[in-house]
Amino acid sequence: MVEIQNIKPWNRNEMAQKVAADIPDGSYVNLGIGIPELVASFVPEGREFMYHSENGLLGIGPPPQPGHEDPELINAGKKAVTAIPGAAYFHHADSFAMIRGKHIDVCVLGAFQVSQNGDLANWSTGVPGGIPAVGGAMDLVSGVKTIFVITQHTTKEGKPKIVKECSYPLTGKAVVDRIFTDLAVIDVNKRGLFVREMAPGVSFDYLQSKTEAKLEI
Amino acid sequence: MVMINKIVETLEDAVAVINDGATVLIGGFGEAGSPIELIHALIDHGAKNLTVVSNNAGNGHVGLAALIENKQVSKMVCSFPRTAQSVVFTDMYRQGLVELELVPQGTLAERIRAGGAGIPAFYTPTSVDTPLAANKEKRVINHETFVLEYAIKGDFALVKCKAADRYGNLVYNKTARNFGPVMCMAARHAIVQAKEIVPVGTLDPECIVTPGIFVSKVVEVSNPAEESQLLKENRRYPW
Repeated sequence: MVEIQNIKPWNRNEMAQKVAADIPDGSYVNLGIGIPELVASFVPEGREFMYHSENGLLGIGPPPQPGHEDPELINAGKKAVTAIPGAAYFHHADSFAMIRGKHIDVCVLGAFQVSQNGDLANWSTGVPGGIPAVGGAMDLVSGVKTIFVITQHTTKEGKPKIVKECSYPLTGKAVVDRIFTDLAVIDVNKRGLFVREMAPGVSFDYLQSKTEAKLEI
Repeated sequence: MVMINKIVETLEDAVAVINDGATVLIGGFGEAGSPIELIHALIDHGAKNLTVVSNNAGNGHVGLAALIENKQVSKMVCSFPRTAQSVVFTDMYRQGLVELELVPQGTLAERIRAGGAGIPAFYTPTSVDTPLAANKEKRVINHETFVLEYAIKGDFALVKCKAADRYGNLVYNKTARNFGPVMCMAARHAIVQAKEIVPVGTLDPECIVTPGIFVSKVVEVSNPAEESQLLKENRRYPW
């Protein structure tokens, strides 16, 4: 039996903070939809990097105070944001030139599934009648140098999201570099999945039991 | 002296040229930049069998969603039709009443830009190894695989901006700029609603985002509706 009493999974804000802490100084960082949006609230003290939103903003600031939302100043998830002093606006073709042209250093994306070789599936579950929606995800994985995935470790039903092979249609092949979940931080490289850090109380055996792909330390 | 004057007085006049079967590029990323008043004028106008190119597929029962609900759109070309409040498109797509061409967002933007720039097609790394590249021509350039994508041209574009002059020069507001500039370039007739029309010479030439050469018509809508507010109030168009 795997001991589970003392496990304290990281919450979404803690996961977002872990991502922010791993971003190199001076990076240009695209934030995707969902949990990645939270990362904009966390720039570690004394450091500077620039958050990019695919819809034409370089320099996302923290969320606005209630009552100060501007429907024409939003992020990729269509939520109200602020722009930092020194921010820039630009049109969509320029925004994706930054992405596809390899000018963005790091991208933070959500995931349905990540495979052991870094394949990412995050746009379609392939279910008949489902509405596929790709957004900018395929452009991001093809153009950004470092891809961070931030996601719950398992689905709502408790099924592993870190799998041997993605069963859902791919967003990109061998594109993910690091996975941040509520249970662990995991590096993806050519030799496999390497656990960097585990949430308080999480043992390697417990983590492996929640992960379909083989993990290494 | 015959002056260049792209200003039209009414929304009705602005969209009167749109014909059945046209391809209409509609600006906006969610509600930011969505030209709601022009779309509602197009609903009143009634042109049918339209192909609409827009990043999303509308929310609630106003704007683009209302245009789709009114059965004027036979095909949507977009990157992200699945949002929480995109009830109309979801329903009509499942019933087979509207066709969908799903395009990665950057490919969509670049296909439109190419359409406006006289580039018929281009190779891009986006979507390689995915189902969206299936059956598309591929080519290896410098040991990397690329997918051939074709330009998109519009018969018309509907775009919202912050300020315009009678030459059709435009400036936008924050992230409401999004697809506006490339859609104006790629459409035979770009029809623009501006929050304010200003005298020629007012806009700083260094700061004009869309030069008037790309714009056919400008109509002033000084107090545009906010989609999120209409959704909160459960509004439907036609009112």
